[in-house]
Amino acid sequence: MFAKYAYRRLSLLCFMLFTLTIFTFALNYLFPGELVTNFSGEVNSSYAQTQALVEKYRIEENIFVQYGAFMARMFEGDWGLSLSSGQPVLSHVQHLFPATLELCLYALTVAVIIGVPSGVIASAYHKKWPDKLINSLSLMGFSIPVFWLALLLIMAFCLGLGLFPMSGRIGLLYEIQPVTHFILIDIYLEGFPYGGAAFWDALHHLALPTVVLAMYPTTVLIRFTRDSMLEVLDQNYIKTARAKGLNRSQLIIHHALRNALLPVIKQIGLQFSTLITLAMITEVIFSWPGIGRWLIESIYQRDYPAIQGGLLAVSFFVIIANMLSDFIHSILDPLARNQAHGKV
Amino acid sequence: MRKLFFGVLCTALFGCTDQAPNKVNDKSQGLVYCAEANPVSFNPQVTTTGSTIDIIANQLYDTLISIDPESGEFLPELATSWQVSEDGKSFTFTLRDDVQFHDTLYFTPTRKMNADDVVFSFNRLFDVYNPYHFVGDANYPYFQSIGLDQLIRQVKKVDEHTVRFDLFNAESSFLSNIATDFAVILSKEYADQLIELEHKQDFDQKPVGTGPYKYREFLRDNLIRYYRHEDYWKHPVYMEQLVYDITTNGTSRIAKMLTKECDITAHPSATQLTVLEQRKDIEVEKAANLNIGYWAFNTEKPPFDNPLVRKALAHSIDFEKIMQAVFYNNGILARSMLPPSSWAFEAQQKMPTYDPEKAKEYLKQAGLEGGFSMTLWAMPVSRIYNPNARKMAELIQRDLRDIGVNARIVEYEWNTFIERVGRHEHDSVLLGWAADTPDPDNFFSPLLSCTATFSGKNPSNWCNPEFDLLLTQALDTNDMEERKYYYQQAQKMVIEQLPLVPIAHGLRFQATSSDIKGVSLRPFGGISLAEARRD
Repeated sequence: MFAKYAYRRLSLLCFMLFTLTIFTFALNYLFPGELVTNFSGEVNSSYAQTQALVEKYRIEENIFVQYGAFMARMFEGDWGLSLSSGQPVLSHVQHLFPATLELCLYALTVAVIIGVPSGVIASAYHKKWPDKLINSLSLMGFSIPVFWLALLLIMAFCLGLGLFPMSGRIGLLYEIQPVTHFILIDIYLEGFPYGGAAFWDALHHLALPTVVLAMYPTTVLIRFTRDSMLEVLDQNYIKTARAKGLNRSQLIIHHALRNALLPVIKQIGLQFSTLITLAMITEVIFSWPGIGRWLIESIYQRDYPAIQGGLLAVSFFVIIANMLSDFIHSILDPLARNQAHGKV
Repeated sequence: MRKLFFGVLCTALFGCTDQAPNKVNDKSQGLVYCAEANPVSFNPQVTTTGSTIDIIANQLYDTLISIDPESGEFLPELATSWQVSEDGKSFTFTLRDDVQFHDTLYFTPTRKMNADDVVFSFNRLFDVYNPYHFVGDANYPYFQSIGLDQLIRQVKKVDEHTVRFDLFNAESSFLSNIATDFAVILSKEYADQLIELEHKQDFDQKPVGTGPYKYREFLRDNLIRYYRHEDYWKHPVYMEQLVYDITTNGTSRIAKMLTKECDITAHPSATQLTVLEQRKDIEVEKAANLNIGYWAFNTEKPPFDNPLVRKALAHSIDFEKIMQAVFYNNGILARSMLPPSSWAFEAQQKMPTYDPEKAKEYLKQAGLEGGFSMTLWAMPVSRIYNPNARKMAELIQRDLRDIGVNARIVEYEWNTFIERVGRHEHDSVLLGWAADTPDPDNFFSPLLSCTATFSGKNPSNWCNPEFDLLLTQALDTNDMEERKYYYQQAQKMVIEQLPLVPIAHGLRFQATSSDIKGVSLRPFGGISLAEARRD
């Protein structure tokens, strides 16, 4: 049963990725400018260079051959050069994406740690003051635009109180060798240089962007957990358990929680795409050197190869993340495997 | 097990390992400079971009000689002494023998600097047979614009530590051009190594010089990291590290200064100064910069061909109001064509002042008491010498109305603007000039000489043989007093003839954390952080 489910999901994944590459490939034709430049990122190349590129990209052959050559290059890691920096797009992606991912992961962790228990508490005290408080706070958090929140926090904590730095991942004077490109892990791998000061500094830098980015998913998770919990608590088996004389904490922890959290787990996975979008805004405001800031700058500078590479990487990641959360959900919830068709 | 757990926790949180930390907390030994742009290159020979020169020139390289910003005299740097031949066509430099090049991750020098390096560095600029001449598009903008590539006949190694420059003709500004931030000394040994490795294009991107700092890494849009050059010949370098935080947004730069993420911030705007000045831990420096903002008349077009009309217009404008509204009192009112920090400066007695009655009188003498209409071109970009030309134009327009002159303000996109001014389509124009060397010729020849008129650089379209003769005489002699005399004559002539009205000299601003010492702004060229230290 599970094998069949997995097969369905994987074929859907392949189809999605295929569509994504078609779209990225098509962008070369849709962007203004020379086709060769869009493909390679080489500007002002000489006649001989252009000819070599035309040959390499099979531009004079039919569209299927071109697509094949495009895919081959993608797999080889030749994603063209960025128009603004002249550096390979793939190396930009490799350097910048972990920073974004790191931020998103921390934000998601914060969201889960705060969101799920708050949702449970709200549902446990349904229509009592903790519920009302959590509800109104989450509504506020949900409604505040992320850029506005970021600016407010910068005003208060960076410029006003001077507690946190307002840009970057780490104080620039700390030279940390990028190995994994996850700053905390890299600092760990280097054996906490500078007597651990770099680690503290990195945590300081992380604090505000993480809080800002975590705000939206936290509120979503609170509301989702609360609703899901209320629904479960309303079911007959809970009523039976209650009739048997179980107290509230026994009811929630032993009987309701697992069932209520199943849809929440799926929701956590789905939050990833929203997170990446919000991360872009957060990155711009906090000058976080991630892929979002780079992508937005590339859009400003009309750096087409960079836009393509960035889009491909981000969409690829979001699709994979969604699929993974779907898988985990289905492992935990046997009923979900019975769905006739895959859903993303 | 519990011990292990706490050990791991302790390590994770505080980094307390049994081993001594491999690096000390050197935050106090580093300096962060918030720069406004990415560097275009790491070799000053190939660019004139001010932001790039600030970052690379004085930090990574040295020049043969330098100019004292106070006295304007030449100081020995890599050259300990120099002799000029009788005819002024040959300059012999004696080089220091204890100068080490940077020892970096990509290059380890095996010898000290010698004459080969100097010959190579200058040959690259004009010798087409130099293997590096065409690397980087063979574009050496500063040297080409001042014609140095046409001036030098050859650069010859006399012995290990002596180099001779032979010129086609004598020119007194030669030494000051050799002292600019552009005339740096590069390592020939490194160049040869790159040829062997077939990585010639790395030469301008992975620099090796003799300066106080050596290159470590450059992450575009993010940072540039330098480390101290331990064997620096001149003095010990205090700062272990020098990092440039590239922050293109001006407001972000100021915010970073306020949150102490930057120790030094380049070019805050005049409107941000009040915020910075309120803070006790930040010092705002204002330095006179060799520049001039002026109002030039197209002297070939009537009625501007009449000096009386030009005088009338000059007397009609309220300079004080301009200083307040455009420069926020952060500029110096011009008292000559040259800025006061120039060694040839002489305050002009006849400098026009705000006097509408006198202006009307001059107009009457010129037979134009009824007034006339004209165009007033205002440059569309902000520069040190004129932060807001549009506003300045509006103020002038209103003042001109008082004497019956009707001025229409004209604006174009910057490149178009320069092109059209070059074709002399304007009646009058608000422009300016920032110097690359303290040599006064840098102000006169490119702006007011006849050759500049022909090449479209002279916005006054003013060609006065008498004036040109003064400039040539000044260039032909090496006697400073004599040169000073000629330039003073030239300044006087400009004010008497008024092909342009000098208005103001803008100041260069810099915000520095008050515990940082040893950084001073120079009136010309880039900034030097060689002696920067934290007290």
